[in-house]
Amino acid sequence: MARNQRPSMQTLSARDLIIDIPGRADGYPLDLTIKSGQVWGVLGPNGAGKTTLLHTLAGLRSPRAGALYLDDVTTKALKRRALSQQLGLVFQDRQDGFPATVLETALIGRHPWLAPWQMEGADDLAMAERSLEALDVLHLKDRLVSTLSGGERQRVAIATLMTQSPHTWLLDEPTNHLDLHHQVAVMKLLTDRAAAGNAIFMCLHDLNLAARWCDHILLMYPNGEACWGSAERMLVPNALERLYNQELATVEVDGAPFFVPRRS
Amino acid sequence: MIRPIALPVAVLSVASLLAMVMSVGIGSVAIAPADVLSVFLGEGSNLHRTLILDLRLPRTLAAFATGGLLAVAGALMQVLLRNPLADPYVLGLSGGAAVGALLAMLAGLGGAVISGSAFAGAMLATVMVFGLAHGTGSWTPSRLLLTGVVVAAGWGAVITLILAISPARELPGMLYWLMGDVSYARAPWHGLGLLVVVCALVVPLGRSLNVLARGPMQAAALGISVRPLEWLIYVLASLLTATAVTMAGSIGFVGLVVPHMLRLVLGNDQRLILPACALAGGTLLVLADTLARVVIAPEQLPVGVITALLGVPTFLYLLYRSR
Repeated sequence: MARNQRPSMQTLSARDLIIDIPGRADGYPLDLTIKSGQVWGVLGPNGAGKTTLLHTLAGLRSPRAGALYLDDVTTKALKRRALSQQLGLVFQDRQDGFPATVLETALIGRHPWLAPWQMEGADDLAMAERSLEALDVLHLKDRLVSTLSGGERQRVAIATLMTQSPHTWLLDEPTNHLDLHHQVAVMKLLTDRAAAGNAIFMCLHDLNLAARWCDHILLMYPNGEACWGSAERMLVPNALERLYNQELATVEVDGAPFFVPRRS
Repeated sequence: MIRPIALPVAVLSVASLLAMVMSVGIGSVAIAPADVLSVFLGEGSNLHRTLILDLRLPRTLAAFATGGLLAVAGALMQVLLRNPLADPYVLGLSGGAAVGALLAMLAGLGGAVISGSAFAGAMLATVMVFGLAHGTGSWTPSRLLLTGVVVAAGWGAVITLILAISPARELPGMLYWLMGDVSYARAPWHGLGLLVVVCALVVPLGRSLNVLARGPMQAAALGISVRPLEWLIYVLASLLTATAVTMAGSIGFVGLVVPHMLRLVLGNDQRLILPACALAGGTLLVLADTLARVVIAPEQLPVGVITALLGVPTFLYLLYRSR
């Protein structure tokens, strides 16, 4: 796979970034770096701007202020194709306008790495199949995506990102629709990727998945406030209760905090 | 996207060659395939040479080019609008061309002026829809589609108005033009040339189109500059359609159904679908035109009627059979 070897791993950072949510005042400027080996979880209530942040980081939306850098280069100076070799995104919702099989869907992940006239080769195919295998959907490879269940589609989408193999993985609620076993399998896959040198940055709704698997946390409040840092410093009951406007009980399981909403 | 491309293209190429040989052989004077071949090799009788090279071949090639252009334009429009119901005329382009052509006929002008006027009308319609859909913000496929449908309705009213005020002797020509007719097409070369150039241009873009078919956001995340690509598709599809309409009037159905039939059989890799559309669309129209010439000979039917009568049952059968 020498021809597709990435030139270098580049670190994504946001400098004084204010995301653009139409009709909302400027939020607190974000100043963070997503380094190799880190697993970031973004927590916040509905409408706090988690998806907008992911789209902004991926370069799909312009920020209201501030800038994004890959190492020292502003992402504005990069071509879309070069950017998509470094950054990949799993969307929260997908549209399948035209019928496509699972394998075809995973293979489009190779697009940024192929020249216009180049057909997908045997190594691209092998990469797509390895990714489908890792997400436990290889047995579905000839099925049409439109015939799959929500959780299976979610895993195909993650397999597509894995086939794209960017350095930084952005994921919008990657555990959506997944059963318990596959939630854990996906989180384990993501932390393994981080251990192998990738950077992971994902929105999550499940506090406890974040507590168990993420080493860095970004909390986004509905009023535009934000704070971020290591998971131990961020995942404290007071901050989380204010974040979700919900009282929480905390217990300890396997040495990690476990949060349960109180009935009140 | 992993299916072999060479085999279907080879099969369709052979089919289109056979259709063309049959088309130039059939007519008021039947010519055997062997004699057709000898004419192409520079031999054969003078009568056969005149019949084939001067009369039938230009018409057959024009039919092929028109069908190919319309099918490719339809496939491009469906990807651009991400709507399987899109066809080359969905944005009102044929209406603009028809108004241009009918006005030229109404003024008593003929031949080249009608073609030029139709082309001008098609281009005007294209620019108008795009400008209106753009409005003050950016356009979305649904906004483009809605603008096109409304503008097409406007053109329809103008066409009816022209028909209503035209003298009776002009009406048959106008109706034939509206239904689509290749019998006046005598210069197929620019259409064929455009078809070849666009296929050569579009096939390297095929993988980008595959990705675009997954939606603009996913496409952008995979490294595609979505807006320039959409512009390019729009301009190309409009140019193809305008050329086809100028050659043979507004022949319906080919641009909608040929891409769909091929997708049902061959899958949805644009790198295969686009050249396959050029070949299959051309073949369909050559066959339809041959039928149009012979069914009620010596009278001729408008070819648009035949394409619909042939295509509708075939398409419904494929749809019924598919998952």
